[in-house]
Amino acid sequence: MIPAPFEYARPTTVDEALQAIAAGGEDVKVLAGGQSLIPVMRLRLAAPETVVDLGRVAELRGVREDGDALVIGAMTTHSDVLADPLIQQHAPLIAQATETVADRQVRHRGTFGGALVHADPAGDLPAVALALDAEFVIAGPEGRRTVPARDFFVDYLTTAVGEGELLVEVRVPKLDGQWGMRYEKFNRVAQAWSIVAVAAAVRRENGHIAEARVGLTNMGPTPLRAGAVEAALSGAEATPEAIAAAAAHAAEGTEPSSDLNAQADYRQHLATVLTRRAVTAAAGL
Amino acid sequence: MTRISVRVDGASYQDDVEPRTLLVHYLREQLGKVGTVVGCDTSNCGACTVHLDGEAVKSCTVLAVQADGAEVTTIEGVSRGGELHPVQKAFHEMHGLQCGFCTPGMIMASIDLLQDNPDPSDDEVREGIEGNLCRCTGYQNIVRAVQLAAGEMRGAPASDGHVAPAVVDTAAAPHVVGQA
Ligand SMILES: Cc1cc2nc3c(=O)[nH]c(=O)nc-3n(C[C@H](O)[C@H](O)[C@H](O)COP(=O)(O)OP(=O)(O)OC[C@H]3O[C@@H](n4cnc5c(N)ncnc54)[C@H](O)[C@@H]3O)c2cc1C
Ligand code: FES
Ligand code: FES
Repeated sequence: MIPAPFEYARPTTVDEALQAIAAGGEDVKVLAGGQSLIPVMRLRLAAPETVVDLGRVAELRGVREDGDALVIGAMTTHSDVLADPLIQQHAPLIAQATETVADRQVRHRGTFGGALVHADPAGDLPAVALALDAEFVIAGPEGRRTVPARDFFVDYLTTAVGEGELLVEVRVPKLDGQWGMRYEKFNRVAQAWSIVAVAAAVRRENGHIAEARVGLTNMGPTPLRAGAVEAALSGAEATPEAIAAAAAHAAEGTEPSSDLNAQADYRQHLATVLTRRAVTAAAGL
Repeated sequence: MTRISVRVDGASYQDDVEPRTLLVHYLREQLGKVGTVVGCDTSNCGACTVHLDGEAVKSCTVLAVQADGAEVTTIEGVSRGGELHPVQKAFHEMHGLQCGFCTPGMIMASIDLLQDNPDPSDDEVREGIEGNLCRCTGYQNIVRAVQLAAGEMRGAPASDGHVAPAVVDTAAAPHVVGQA
């Protein structure tokens, strides 16, 4: 099928884009890479009145350093993220997760910001952004605001980006030095979407785990932090036994869905296994 | 209607398109480039793969207006002066197709992979074409074809030094063996 008719706007700056959104009528959709939006428009699950294409807004693309943070433009494609030396150096967890997203064709078009605003529970980048304590810079008619990751993911396919607004960039604190990171994902071979996945970042000190951050993909309508695992790991010995004991808490408080890929109790089992693997690898064991 | 200018397989076009027109439909229906096919409704199969400014994309998941000002290469534009592209030749020689429906997309994805990785391992080929589904071949000969082409494009034999189509031993397949 082909999408229903719509008005098309192609701004070249963020200000122009905000004006086009404001002038676009009742149902306006922002088009980033189109790798989620075009399929749902084709199936007529979405039929916006106006599509505002961000493809020519150059200021939204690219990765730069700003003090202790990396700043990733919303329109930076998955393949540009993978090729970026700053990401490799300061946020390898993002590169590891992005590598598992979809396939090379989709990664050439799909964007970092699009994947985060789309906020599919099975999408790989939301849990990574949550584990890295990223901050989201959102622009709207009243100016810009910054939202921490824990407040960004509101519900199923719903983020803090409101009507009339757009995501400009994501600030990711650099985790250098003794931090190790790992993204562990479980999916079917012919479908890249995560059944469950775990993003772990671990800081080691003198044979102990000083600090751990664990994000869970597809364990509920939004990405989650495995708070009980993080608490159990803090100050724990960096041994396989201690990590396995902490990882056993991974599913605590989660209410994952049951669907054709997995039942909820199987997802909870996967969360503990993948957490153990991700934390073990991130701790360098 | 929105006016777009694109270069497709080396020729320049200016056309008015509805913004909702998918790139694949523009190529097939407005330009007659029917070598690029549509195999699914979910952006999964990769049959529609073309290169947009040198990068493989699924043309069913790109609007024609997004290709304005860009260079598009389809399967119809990869041969040179009547000479098949090395990847096309290798799919033929290694019997990398049966019904052939996935082949245009497979070849465009493979060319894109080889631009990034001129000497891919077996696993790297399989990962490189993970966005392309084949319901016929079981992929074995497709992987061999990509590795044969890789060797030829590097001007060297493929890394394991010996590439041949998979041995076929079903009763129905003597013609396959003969062709190989
Ligand atoms: C076959 C296939 C397999 C896939 N597999 C995976 C996978 O394994 N893991 C995974 O994580 N993802 C996967 N994806 C999704 C892919 O990562 C998409 O790129 C991503 O979800 C959406 O990014 P996009 O740039 O294409 O956004 P679009 O499709 O353009 O937009 C998605 C939504 O976000 C909104 N939006 C986008 N950018 C902004 C912005 N800057 N401000 C405000 N709103 C915005 C749009 O309005 C729209 O509602 C897959 C997609 C396909 C087609
Ligand atoms: S037709 Fe484009 S991916 Fe199937
Ligand atoms: S040869 Fe028939 S689908 Fe691949």
